[in-house]
Amino acid sequence: MSATQQSTMDRVHKGLAARYRKEKRFRLFGLSAIIMSLAFLVLLLGSIGAKGYTAFLQTEILLDIHLDAETLDVENLATANYGSLVKRAMLDNFPQVKGRRDKRELSKLVSTGASFQLQKLVMSQPELIGTVLSLWVPADDEVDMFVKGHISRELPESSRRINDKEIEWIDQLQAAGRIKKSFNATFFEAGDSREPELAGIRGATMGSFYTLLVTLLLSFPIGVAAAVYLEEFAPQNRLTDLIEVNINNLAAIPSIVFGLLGLAVFLNFMSLARSSSLVGGLVLTLMTLPTIIIAARASLKSVPPSIREAALGVGASKMQTISHHILPLALPGMLTGAIIGMARALGETAPLLMIGMVAFIVDVPSGFSDPATVLPVQIYLWADSPERAFVERTSAAIMVLLFLLLTMNATAVILRNKFERRW
Amino acid sequence: MATAMDTVLDMRDAIAEKEEGEAAAAKVRKVDRDQRQTVGVPFVDEPRMTCREVNVYYGEKHAIHDVSIDVGKNEVLAMIGPSGCGKSTFLRCLNRMNDTVATCRVTGQILLDSLDIYDKKVDVVPLRAQVGMVFQKPNPFPKSIFENVAYGPKIHGLVSNKTELTDIVEDSLKKAGLWDEVSDRLEQPGTGLSGGQQQRLCIARAIAVRPEVILMDEPCSALDPIATATVEDLITELKTQYTIVIVTHNMQQAARVSQRTAYFHLGDLVEVGPTDRIFTNPRHQLTEDYITGRFG
Repeated sequence: MSATQQSTMDRVHKGLAARYRKEKRFRLFGLSAIIMSLAFLVLLLGSIGAKGYTAFLQTEILLDIHLDAETLDVENLATANYGSLVKRAMLDNFPQVKGRRDKRELSKLVSTGASFQLQKLVMSQPELIGTVLSLWVPADDEVDMFVKGHISRELPESSRRINDKEIEWIDQLQAAGRIKKSFNATFFEAGDSREPELAGIRGATMGSFYTLLVTLLLSFPIGVAAAVYLEEFAPQNRLTDLIEVNINNLAAIPSIVFGLLGLAVFLNFMSLARSSSLVGGLVLTLMTLPTIIIAARASLKSVPPSIREAALGVGASKMQTISHHILPLALPGMLTGAIIGMARALGETAPLLMIGMVAFIVDVPSGFSDPATVLPVQIYLWADSPERAFVERTSAAIMVLLFLLLTMNATAVILRNKFERRW
Repeated sequence: MATAMDTVLDMRDAIAEKEEGEAAAAKVRKVDRDQRQTVGVPFVDEPRMTCREVNVYYGEKHAIHDVSIDVGKNEVLAMIGPSGCGKSTFLRCLNRMNDTVATCRVTGQILLDSLDIYDKKVDVVPLRAQVGMVFQKPNPFPKSIFENVAYGPKIHGLVSNKTELTDIVEDSLKKAGLWDEVSDRLEQPGTGLSGGQQQRLCIARAIAVRPEVILMDEPCSALDPIATATVEDLITELKTQYTIVIVTHNMQQAARVSQRTAYFHLGDLVEVGPTDRIFTNPRHQLTEDYITGRFG
């Protein structure tokens, strides 16, 4: 008896080392997988951050603008030639520059946005007319790139977009303390623009906001209602089986197909406003619904049946059981599903291209039917632009998008914890 | 209270009388299917619930065969039997909890007083208010102790103001013997109580809607012996006001709390009789085998 026991223990001990080795190997695999994915994440975020952080600063040039009463007619401030004022102020800095061509090149160092800035200022404070105004105006994007060091002096003149003469002028301005880098508020306040120094993400952010609002307001209630019906009320038959299979399939359909559907139904058939956040939201609702329904059904299923029985046992009706007990318990899971769906919708580009949200839209949308674009589409548009200055703005826009995603996911976690912590 | 006790005593007398004339009664009950015949006294005078030839099917599976039994007023009826014998299934027929199982089909007749509870016109919501249920695993709502007890009266509109509600909650908790332990923490979650307390909370929740019958499905199987003793005392207390049907695996428990015991075997109601008689002098071989521990 004891001999057999001995041999049993011997065998157990013999196999023990192999078992532990297996465990150790598995842990090692897991650890290396995590390290690798973290490394890629750091690489991605690092490269985006390194490229993008300079976009939050903008080079500005100090100009002493003489607001003479001759050019600025108080009666017609809106149509006055502010450009010439800016140009003259720039030329005043360089009295030695002669010749039409050089003068034109010199005035190009200042952004075209400078005259708009001046116009706004003068129109709001007409009493400034007749004085000499010291004003920081945005530099042109090429100047900006040069000052930030993205264009190297070492390059031969022919292969850089800023020539030796311009570099000389910039150096002179810098020596005179007339160039500084300051916080790029325009990036957060403006809509899109052809000029990188005037381009901002506010338009795209507001577009994303309206689009996601439509998506959330439609897909969450519809998704939850569909899930509750399918899970609690629908009879179990072939039709519901078919519906279930189709919902699962819909979740896997490439999003561009939803875009085509939106184009055919919402634009061509229902004639809704093209490029609007409303249509974008509708398309993303179609895309998000399956995800939300699946998550909501899973969380409804995970509510312990004992709670259901308890409610039915004291005589609660089906609706009371669901609304008083099942839904509150399933809500955290549903919210998680909804936020995952919304995060995916926030990052979605392809279906929105089909319904015209890829258009070049300068104005910040102020409603659901205004033409709009969204952040990922804006990133796509900027990434496609040839100007060097759009590279850093693309990265900056990605950072803003990631920040929004992070905020949304954090909200999801906080909401979930809040609802789960109740008891 | 006194009248209730009298009723019980009367009922016991009635049962005793019936036992004397049992041979005659058995003849009356004689049906063709000998092996499925119920031995003992399944019927009582003035029943609260009357079940006749109840059959339950789960899809193709025939889970309960022709069960006929009465549940008397203010008695505790214990249902015992090996696992899977259909006693829980039968219990859940009594307040139509089986409706939640899509494949479940019930035939036969079950009367609560004179109401056929499987009649198409009967609404299960008021029925379940009349026939309350306590489950095997304590299942308080994830809400406060107060909310747990107040839920039933609230949804059924039994109270018109907060004071009445508070009274019902206090009364129910007192009847369930839980008041002294929780009166100072009614706002705390019901799920934070111990297992035995949770089960008594569930009983309080069930009696808060003032049911006529309380069904208990192995109420003590998840409890330790001390909590079990408390719940058993409670059942004995409640018997004076309510009719109780209890499913249990614990034969000592059945012997302690019940007046009548029904033995189920593979979907058949094998034997029914006064508890002391069933445990001392079973008539059917299967019953004897089970209670003497030969199987089960």
